[in-house]
Amino acid sequence: MGVIQQILQQTLNGLALGGIYALLALGYTMVYGIVKLINFAHGDILMLGAFAGYFVLNYFGVTPGTLVLSFIISMPVCAIIGILIEKICYKPLRDSPRINALITAIGVSLFLENGARVLPVIGPNPRVFPTLPSVTHNLFGLGISRVQILVFIITIGLMIILNYIVNYTKIGRAMRAVSFDQGASSLMGINVDRVISFTFALGSALAAAAGILFASSYPQVEPYMGIMPGLKAFIAAVMGGIGSIPGAMLGGFILGVAETLTKGFISSQLADAFAFGFLIIILVVKPTGILGKPVGEKV
Amino acid sequence: MRKKILALMVIFTIISILVTGCKKSNTIKIGAIMSTSGPVSTYGIHTRDAMQMAINEINAKGGILGKQVELIVEDDEKNPEKTMNALIKLVTKDKVVAVLGGLTSDCTLAITREAQQRNVLLFTPTSTNDTVTDAGDLIFRSCFKDSFQGSVVARFAIETLNAKKAAILYDMNNDYSNGLTRAFQETFEDLGGTVVATESYAGGDKDFNAQITKIKAAEPEVLFIPDYYNTISLVIKQVSNQGLNVTMLGGDGWDELTGQAGDEAIGSYFSNHYSPDADDPDVIEFVKKYREKYKVTPNALAALGYDGAYILLEAIERAGSTDPNKVKEALMETDRKFVTGHIQFDEHHDPIKSVTMLRIIKGADGKLATEYVGMVNP
Repeated sequence: MGVIQQILQQTLNGLALGGIYALLALGYTMVYGIVKLINFAHGDILMLGAFAGYFVLNYFGVTPGTLVLSFIISMPVCAIIGILIEKICYKPLRDSPRINALITAIGVSLFLENGARVLPVIGPNPRVFPTLPSVTHNLFGLGISRVQILVFIITIGLMIILNYIVNYTKIGRAMRAVSFDQGASSLMGINVDRVISFTFALGSALAAAAGILFASSYPQVEPYMGIMPGLKAFIAAVMGGIGSIPGAMLGGFILGVAETLTKGFISSQLADAFAFGFLIIILVVKPTGILGKPVGEKV
Repeated sequence: MRKKILALMVIFTIISILVTGCKKSNTIKIGAIMSTSGPVSTYGIHTRDAMQMAINEINAKGGILGKQVELIVEDDEKNPEKTMNALIKLVTKDKVVAVLGGLTSDCTLAITREAQQRNVLLFTPTSTNDTVTDAGDLIFRSCFKDSFQGSVVARFAIETLNAKKAAILYDMNNDYSNGLTRAFQETFEDLGGTVVATESYAGGDKDFNAQITKIKAAEPEVLFIPDYYNTISLVIKQVSNQGLNVTMLGGDGWDELTGQAGDEAIGSYFSNHYSPDADDPDVIEFVKKYREKYKVTPNALAALGYDGAYILLEAIERAGSTDPNKVKEALMETDRKFVTGHIQFDEHHDPIKSVTMLRIIKGADGKLATEYVGMVNP
């Protein structure tokens, strides 16, 4: 395998990993854009989504049809969980200092992880996620597995749908308005509560999809599986400019590729150090992230 | 209100002290630290059950030193910090006379010093890392060491598989994985082979595509992956997804992989402590008893746990006391055949045992199974 081919192969691996980060980063960035909250429980929604998919696939068996069904069931389930979390945990704190909500988010995250550990249907032990048999296709001399193709199709499809919702629908316009100025949009007759609920639902549904893709790529589900991807996706969202939807997508892909290329060409020990070092450099050069809008200091 | 709460708390504390302080038992308490949940839970559960089975058998024959034996099990979730907490709890609260455990090498290494300092006999039936018994004279183990296990796998790769080029993918944060990697690499190179790629990851990683792409470019004939079954099932899947065609090799952490991995694992080899299919009468009897009681085939660590409980309790009986220093001397006199082999401790408190090589095959029922390939004596 030549060096060029290796670079291309590693980039392809990185894009597949980055797609999952990007889907998850979208949830962080949308919620931050609307309520200025870093929802640390977002990674655990990925875990719940993966488990929902696990139960569907285990019950019906694995075929391409049931795989689609697992998305259809898992995404609304997680959307409802997202709405409940917002209603029960974050809404009562909406007017308190931001740090309170942040601590609550960490609490919710711990609750979901350890709640899943003691819940008999989930339990503390890793389980094997059912997958379709692995097939590798040859694409211009590069190997691309069926899972990676699935990741690309679903990620890009969901991003197009999201882009449509945010930019071309009424609720999307309301979301943008609330993100711009919550008080003013409330005065204009926008139901702010509903918009916030919708944002959480949308973010959680994307996390559920990311969960099934993550579990299909790395076929193991356990209660702590959401922590690392959650953290990485958060980094991706910050790198792309938190609050910016295209930024989160870009950030996710960049992080995935940076991580994989570091593992492939520099050192596998340093992959995370390089990925996070990269983040620091971007934030030093451009404090609001790659696509973040500069915020004028309010005096 | 505040006073009321305070008063309640004081009463509660007094009651709890009274309740715990009054218990005076007529049993000999043995502690066990087993990872019965978390990434190696199957090992923890099987080993715990086998130990309990051994202790039930001993109790049925009248116990030791005229007393019944009680096994107190703590779960450490394969987290070295929690192993430490478990040890302290067992020693200070339960006042156990000896501790069986920990299960994995990294967990055991976290507590060997503490056990030695607290004058507690620590007996691990399953931790294979070379340095486990270095911390002092109260630390024992009853399984083979990684330096031997790793060299057996390397020799097998060269002599039986005729491999000249090997690649290694290991967990750099794990003592077990590191120890095996070193042993494999040394022997493989001593015997004239070349290690063409050594790639690592950090424990908990799930994406190995980058490392596997790199290994693929180095074109090895065999791939040595020393880790536990849960990680291995992920690695194997990605190896096959990347279209890398090599014979994969592993150590005793691969035990139970057959219940986790897909068909990609067929044709791989790993070293282990015993094979449940062996025709040794002790093995046959143990497997039969275990199957009757727990309805599953015991894995290798279960056999080690069963042996461990017997070795320790027989030594306490021989010592005629639960004093760790006397039990220690009695342990050194151990000299008989157990399920996983003949046990006799060397001056380092390590036994000299043989390694069994197994191959993963497709069983008659369509599920993965293991096949006995051979046994290597030290």
